[in-house]
Amino acid sequence: MNLISQHLPILQIVVPMVAAPLCIILRRRQLVWILAVVVAWTCLAMAGGLMLQVLSQGPISYHLGGWAPPWGIEYRVDAVNAFVLILVSLIGAVVLLYAPASIAAELPEARASLFYTAYLLCLTGLMGMTITGDAFNVFVFLEISSLSMYALIGMGTDRRALTASFQYLIVGTIGATFFVIGIGLLYMMTGTLNMADLAERLQPVMHTRTVLAAFAFLTVGLSLKLALFPLHLWLPNAYTYAPSVVTAFVAATATKVSVYVFLRFFYGIFGREYAFDTLHLEYFLVPLGLAGVFVASTVAVFQTNLKRLLAYSSIAQVGYMVVGIGLVSVTGLTATLVHLFNHAVMKGALFLALGCIVMRLGTVELSELRGIGKRMPVTMAAFVFGGLSLIGVPLTVGFISKWYLVSAALERGWWPVAVLILLGSLLAVAYIWKVVETAYFHEPEGKAAQATEAPLSMLIPTWILIGATLYFGATATFTAGLARAGAEALMGGLAR
Amino acid sequence: MTPHTAILVSLLLPIAFGPIIALCGSRPNLRDSLTIIAGLLTFGTVCTLVPSVQAGQVVAELNVLEFVPGLSLSFHVEPLGMIFALVASGLWIVTSLYGFGYMRGHHEVDQTRFFFFFAVAITAALGVAYARNLLTLFVFYEVLTLSTYPLVTHARTADAMRGGRIYLGILISTSVAFLLLAVVWTYVATGTLDFTPGGILAGNVEGNSLYILLALFAFGTGKAALMPFHRWLPAAMVAPTPVSALLHAVAVVKAGVFTILKVIVYIFGIDLLADTGASVWLMYVAGGTVVISSLIAMTKDNLKARLAYSTVSQLSYIVLGAALATEWGIIGGGMHIVMHAFGKITLFFCAGAINVALHKTQISDMVGIGKQMPFTMIAFFIASLSVIGVPPLGGSWSKWYLALGAVESGQLIFVAVLMISSLLNIMYLIPIPIRAFFPGVLPAPSSAGAAATDHGHAEADHGDGIHEAPILMVGPLMFTALGCIVLFFYAEPVFRLIAPIVGR
Repeated sequence: MNLISQHLPILQIVVPMVAAPLCIILRRRQLVWILAVVVAWTCLAMAGGLMLQVLSQGPISYHLGGWAPPWGIEYRVDAVNAFVLILVSLIGAVVLLYAPASIAAELPEARASLFYTAYLLCLTGLMGMTITGDAFNVFVFLEISSLSMYALIGMGTDRRALTASFQYLIVGTIGATFFVIGIGLLYMMTGTLNMADLAERLQPVMHTRTVLAAFAFLTVGLSLKLALFPLHLWLPNAYTYAPSVVTAFVAATATKVSVYVFLRFFYGIFGREYAFDTLHLEYFLVPLGLAGVFVASTVAVFQTNLKRLLAYSSIAQVGYMVVGIGLVSVTGLTATLVHLFNHAVMKGALFLALGCIVMRLGTVELSELRGIGKRMPVTMAAFVFGGLSLIGVPLTVGFISKWYLVSAALERGWWPVAVLILLGSLLAVAYIWKVVETAYFHEPEGKAAQATEAPLSMLIPTWILIGATLYFGATATFTAGLARAGAEALMGGLAR
Repeated sequence: MTPHTAILVSLLLPIAFGPIIALCGSRPNLRDSLTIIAGLLTFGTVCTLVPSVQAGQVVAELNVLEFVPGLSLSFHVEPLGMIFALVASGLWIVTSLYGFGYMRGHHEVDQTRFFFFFAVAITAALGVAYARNLLTLFVFYEVLTLSTYPLVTHARTADAMRGGRIYLGILISTSVAFLLLAVVWTYVATGTLDFTPGGILAGNVEGNSLYILLALFAFGTGKAALMPFHRWLPAAMVAPTPVSALLHAVAVVKAGVFTILKVIVYIFGIDLLADTGASVWLMYVAGGTVVISSLIAMTKDNLKARLAYSTVSQLSYIVLGAALATEWGIIGGGMHIVMHAFGKITLFFCAGAINVALHKTQISDMVGIGKQMPFTMIAFFIASLSVIGVPPLGGSWSKWYLALGAVESGQLIFVAVLMISSLLNIMYLIPIPIRAFFPGVLPAPSSAGAAATDHGHAEADHGDGIHEAPILMVGPLMFTALGCIVLFFYAEPVFRLIAPIVGR
């Protein structure tokens, strides 16, 4: 037992990584699913264990193969990434419960085991990016998660899924390349890849143009991966045409992990003084974040495909997170971190609800959903609660995020930002209410008239996430407390 | 029952009965009896709080759950909240009875959903009443908006959808864009959101910021229907009449003015406003709303629309009382919550009764209906007088104290506004019962006959016989009309309950 708890950081990655190829060998759909579920829930348990260790003993430094950093690879778990690990593994675990019924409806039988393989690899990559304390290792896991994600997206039944996947492949690769160039430049200047070591050795060479170039490459590369406006163009198609399960998982986790890496690099490695006091990254982040909120939300209002609508809403929500980063305060970072979690559960739930609709109707075109509220009341109730959370109604998690974000803007004295954040959330009312009116103010017709409620195996995971949306919206002490601890660590300059 | 338990029980009762009511949907009689039992229990529980509030004890705060670190969802009872809780829960029982008559008489569909969301709305209203801090108030304020949306749009028609859009659009926009901003600002500036006697802003927010903050609160509380954010209230009239009666004459709108009163008394503090004069502009906005909406009310031929604009006008009495920032003004505002509630709910009950019995919605069609519906129209007459503020009816007291408040603050122009408004009230309310009883005495309104009724079928003409609405509707409306009279003679308990908030 002691051995396990000692090696938890590496087990967190190795377990899903080893399980992934096993899925191909097992072949049988039921077996593969059981394996994947066991692995995903184990990951969640391990992430919880890591969080407990961090809370009781402070940050954990794990040396791979016993090689001491900065020569060996170090896994470093602290309040920030333990939080993100829980988030990723939680979504991964809940979505898997939902998967079998949904992929049976949307994927050919033969692809099932491949799906679980790619899914576990993607989970591995995302958790790896989160847990590692080595800059190059981040890139490796970034590629693992991205490649498996391209495969997952390409599995969509609509042929446009292939072009969406290809588009994401191109853009994602550009992002990853920028990222690795940035790391290369940093390595050139410091001769190290360990994040803590990097942060220290960068200090004497901070003023050089090479570091500045590295900074620029990393900013753009990561902005692409986290879909910061105007580098978000890959996202809507990818989310729209991917299988529903994939959309739910990716939307809830992928951009979140990129936001985390962003935080880790700019607050941890470059440090707040360089990134914000010297280079004033906030004047880049806050306007782009707000522009993202307004442009993407406005575009969302005019979408007729609900998956695409929610995809644009995701871009807007990333905008809020970026604004929080740009406010450079404990409250602002708390807002960003808590919104990572909050947005993941609500958007995950919303996409799962859409998956239920896809299963019954085969489409999420708004025009086909007339009166669906009467036929699928449980699913649509979930959608409404998730939507209310997107708007930021009190007693949902969306409100908690908004509360912190507006507080942070006002603390900083940035009035217009606070006003714009609130106005932006009104656009969410417009796009959510469009759906509510279609679903509830018409008599069911066409396919919607014959639709029945989705199976329990899909409804329960959806409602687990809705439950989380409401529970952590009513009492956010746990999530906001963790986020605050993480934010304080980040503001204190993590790695030093 | 300790006050703590009473608060919790009265909050949880309606919402706990909600699902039970929903489950009994197939057995209307059982469902309706349960609704009444829930109402009686809730009101009874609220009543047990009265003695401790009367005794002047501050019922200590009750933290239910920690919302975010440092801020809790917490409740307490103070005089203003006590009054509001009593009015909302008491009139819920009456409205439920009335609702059974109306919904059945009108053959409405989805009655179960209706009574379910009604129960949720009552919990939300009580949550607003008991709120210990601004955040709790905001939370329940929003729950109230959302839980009443399905009620407003009950008919699920295109009209209902349009009305619902305006309703939700204005209420959500104002509360998110202004009220939430004001709440967060208050928190950032003062580090607390607790309602504190004497206010919390003095020394923390100064100068022009005070004006802006007050504007954010006043306009952010869209439920108070201050112009120009009043359009949602007429739009909400697409709702079934029981909803208009309880929610849009009592619970929802009163939650709005209650919020403004609470904010002015416990967040700004009347001394701060009186010293800085930061609320003078609000008096003018409220005064303007009083007069303008009365004028608009005169142009409306649809009875419910006229009553809606009348409500807009009456709400601004209370906002005016709060903005005066004097002791009498606050007391007058608080009393007007009660007095107007009884008057206006009666008027709406009457409008619904006329609709169910005679299928008439337009005032120009209501000539001579006094013969068919004598009880209803007498109640209408009594309630009109109360809304106008004529003794011996309850409404005269609150108007009296509001006028006193205006004199006390030296703003004599608002005494004139109150008097003009009374005249306007006479002009748009009294002709309705007069024409009903004495057709031919007054010239018929110009739009007579032009407007079609909702249900133009056979029952349009009933001849001379009495054709009242079902007893379940007439009973409640006579009861509330009687309440208007009783409140004139027994206004003292109400006064005594409210007075402590200004230290009298």
